[in-house]
Amino acid sequence: MALNSKIPEGPIQQKWDNHKFNMKLVNAANKRKYSVIVVGTGLAGASAAASLAELGYNVISMCYHESPRRAHSIAAQGGINAPKNYKNDGDSIWRLFYDTVKGGDYRAREANVYRLAQVSGNIIDQCVAQGVPFGREYGGLLDNRSFGGAQVSRTFYARGQTGQQLLLGAYSALSRQIKKGSVKFFGRREMLDLVLIDGQARGVVARNLETGTLESFAADAVILATGGYGNVFYLATLAKYSNGTAIWKAHKKGAFFGNPCFTQIHPTCIPLSSDYQSKLTLMSESLRNDGRIWVPKKQGDKRNPKDIPEEERDYYLERMYPSFGNLVPRDVASRRAKEMCDKGFGVGSTGLAVYLDFADTIKRNGKEWVEEKYGNLFDMYHEITAENAYETPMRIYPAVHYTMGGLWVDYNLMTTIPGLYTIGEANFSDHGANRLGASALMQGLADGYFIIPYTIGDYLASAKFTKVKTDDAMFKESEKNINANINKLLSIKGKQTVDEIHKKLGKVMYDYCGMARNLAGLKKALEIIPQLRKEFYEDVMVPGSADNFNPELEKALRAADYFEIAELMVTDAIHREESCGGHLREEYQTEDGEAKRNDDKFSYVSAWEYKGNGMNWELHKEPLTFENVKQATRSYK
Amino acid sequence: MNFTLKIWRQQNRTSKGKFIEYQAINISPDMSFLEMLDAVNRDLTKKSEDNIAFDHDCREGICGSCGLFINGRAHGPQRGVTTCELRMRHFVDGTTITVEPWRSRAFPVIKDLVVDRTAFERIIQAGGYVSVDTGSAPEASSIPVPKANADEAMDAAACIGCGACAAACKNSSPMLFLSAKVSQFALLPQGNAERRIRVQQMVKQMDEDGFGLCSNTYACEVECPKKISVVHIARMNREFLRAKFL
Ligand SMILES: Cc1cc2nc3c(=O)[nH]c(=O)nc-3n(C[C@H](O)[C@H](O)[C@H](O)COP(=O)(O)OP(=O)(O)OC[C@H]3O[C@@H](n4cnc5c(N)ncnc54)[C@H](O)[C@@H]3O)c2cc1C
Ligand code: FES
Repeated sequence: MALNSKIPEGPIQQKWDNHKFNMKLVNAANKRKYSVIVVGTGLAGASAAASLAELGYNVISMCYHESPRRAHSIAAQGGINAPKNYKNDGDSIWRLFYDTVKGGDYRAREANVYRLAQVSGNIIDQCVAQGVPFGREYGGLLDNRSFGGAQVSRTFYARGQTGQQLLLGAYSALSRQIKKGSVKFFGRREMLDLVLIDGQARGVVARNLETGTLESFAADAVILATGGYGNVFYLATLAKYSNGTAIWKAHKKGAFFGNPCFTQIHPTCIPLSSDYQSKLTLMSESLRNDGRIWVPKKQGDKRNPKDIPEEERDYYLERMYPSFGNLVPRDVASRRAKEMCDKGFGVGSTGLAVYLDFADTIKRNGKEWVEEKYGNLFDMYHEITAENAYETPMRIYPAVHYTMGGLWVDYNLMTTIPGLYTIGEANFSDHGANRLGASALMQGLADGYFIIPYTIGDYLASAKFTKVKTDDAMFKESEKNINANINKLLSIKGKQTVDEIHKKLGKVMYDYCGMARNLAGLKKALEIIPQLRKEFYEDVMVPGSADNFNPELEKALRAADYFEIAELMVTDAIHREESCGGHLREEYQTEDGEAKRNDDKFSYVSAWEYKGNGMNWELHKEPLTFENVKQATRSYK
Repeated sequence: MNFTLKIWRQQNRTSKGKFIEYQAINISPDMSFLEMLDAVNRDLTKKSEDNIAFDHDCREGICGSCGLFINGRAHGPQRGVTTCELRMRHFVDGTTITVEPWRSRAFPVIKDLVVDRTAFERIIQAGGYVSVDTGSAPEASSIPVPKANADEAMDAAACIGCGACAAACKNSSPMLFLSAKVSQFALLPQGNAERRIRVQQMVKQMDEDGFGLCSNTYACEVECPKKISVVHIARMNREFLRAKFL
């Protein structure tokens, strides 16, 4: 099957407008004849479900939380980008487009990124109208802050809780539609399979997490907005239940997986302190605006940071990247932190941390100023580490945070399965090999509010649909398979918990497919992962039963998929013999340790087709052409 | 550290629950309360026993999923933290800790420590929004909002919907939750058009869901992990009166 990205004709500035004009419309009266399932209620899912219902479609919305408002998007801290140029610092749609393509290390599709930049301003308008309390200036107008990878201030924020406020906005719009009856919402439902009929996505099977019952849902199209799969690494900044199951089941039914190895490791997280720790906590990147990153100049210097005089500190990012300083993109900041620690300059009890110091800012602007801007982050840091970051520098270390990879989608956000769309972090689009800060919220809401409502109409208006009911054989068969799988897991009765085996997988992924990768390590990972998968199916212990609320069983079902996803991630990382963005192959770097791309060979999206019979894939390539931004070596010096 | 835990176990909505004792041994003071429960669950798994069910997800105090009644206090003894943020260093080694689900008529127990909080959903659905369809919004900066109002709206909007306020209240009143939403919109020009109907609908829904009335004991403010102020309850009361008489 050849990939068709369906990028519209015309100059980049006009592609989206042309496309909107050329797409078929479903007339207002007919919309209620169509039904759409939206899985997930994060920024992408909630905004899509609400917007589609407002247009008149029948929407079925579901998530595994009891309430849409608990989706992982709620945890986003720093902000959301839009080139409103309120700061008069030279921002524009073009600059945001340029920054995002460059930030992604030239591995994203230009047309998608341009459209994203184009609609991002409307997102802010929409959110403000919903009553999102963005940070404001004394004159009453909206304030902006700056974020990594950009030299302008274009990030809108609501204290350190931007994701929460944006999600509550989308959630309120969704709640309004639920009340009206145009959205039927199902909480505590976990999608465990996608159902295809005549080659089209026509429904899903979900498990009712309270009763354990399998429930089938049929519709004319399915949208997955199920978030990222970063929890493959076990320790990540993602919510504990964030998982890859929905997209993985769709992948196994024919949806290609794009750039699976592109993972973002975020530079500013609270370091790991012991092995009972269940997750890593992010400290918003916005802290890098006012905090300075440093390590002692002497290896293994165990002095109290306060006792280390200025001249014995190495502010290494400021030294290496004078123009971006502490605001270099995430991949660069993370890699450099790891490198410093690998060389023995790391601080803290484990030596796996660097300092993020606010002393200068506090001296300059006062403690209250810092408190107002970052108070909740400092509180959080204090509760976790029992340290007061107003007095002693924070310790930070990189952690897995975001997956740029995801299901391959065309310009319409449709996967390779007709009628199956993927939006938000779950798809691969827009961020290339590295995502810039404050652009995931932007992408999730762009997809949900302003793109999918148009593109799905084109499909619904042109495709032919047979009548489908949930007692059709395909649904029944899917339910049967899920049940068999659940019974298998419950009957193993081994000796290890799900977490114990999952942690082993996480370690393999951090060691061999994390911030720096090399062929030998990746090959080793490819040997270990199938062994771990075998270990899981032979030795896992899943207590309890399938007929009631059983979080251990939920975990086991998700982990089973991680052992497979990991294998595809490593396979992709092996095949990509270049370094780009978050994918640093040690064999391919410049003399001063920067990523060395190979545009001649790898200027493409890798889209993997699942071939069945165990873990087998065929690689497809979507060539990337850069007509508007010249592919150059990314430099933040 | 070592603890004896008295934990509420209940198989499902209809069965009768009871307290069962467990031992939590070798607990590090830096562990979060949920990581301590993870450790107890790990031991249960090893014995092939059904785990103690509790709700959680983000584990950083923002999703509002977690919520346990610990030694008679919603989210435990520390002020301004959720259960997932609470660290074991705040407990005395060797003591007994009692852990219960939220107790409120409007929050039936689903299993063990997990409750059904969909009553909160219905309150929001009744009017916790500004009716603005996608695409219809004016330019974001067209209406200035005084910083002080925006900041106070943000204070209110910080509510995570965990249910601690209703659980801590002797009348099971979710007034802090409800008022935070009403207050957020009352402080912003965007909320103005539906001001009247919003507060009336939301209060009506609260009554229908079997929550009690607020008698101003302010236990909610003490237990709110986001330190939401009862000032919002006062504002809501004004909004309610205003809607009635203006
Ligand atoms: C700590 C943290 C801070 C961040 N800060 C920022 C920031 O400042 N700016 C920024 O731009 N980005 C930030 N990000 C990234 C951003 O938050 C996420 O990429 C984005 O919110 C993802 O949104 P989403 O809608 O795609 O998915 P999610 O919010 O992850 O939602 C997934 C939804 O799918 C549901 N779901 C998943 N699987 C299933 C299934 N099988 N069945 C049923 N339902 C399912 C879940 O219940 C949930 O509703 C941050 C991320 C983290 C971890
Ligand atoms: S788990 Fe999210 S608030 Fe505690």
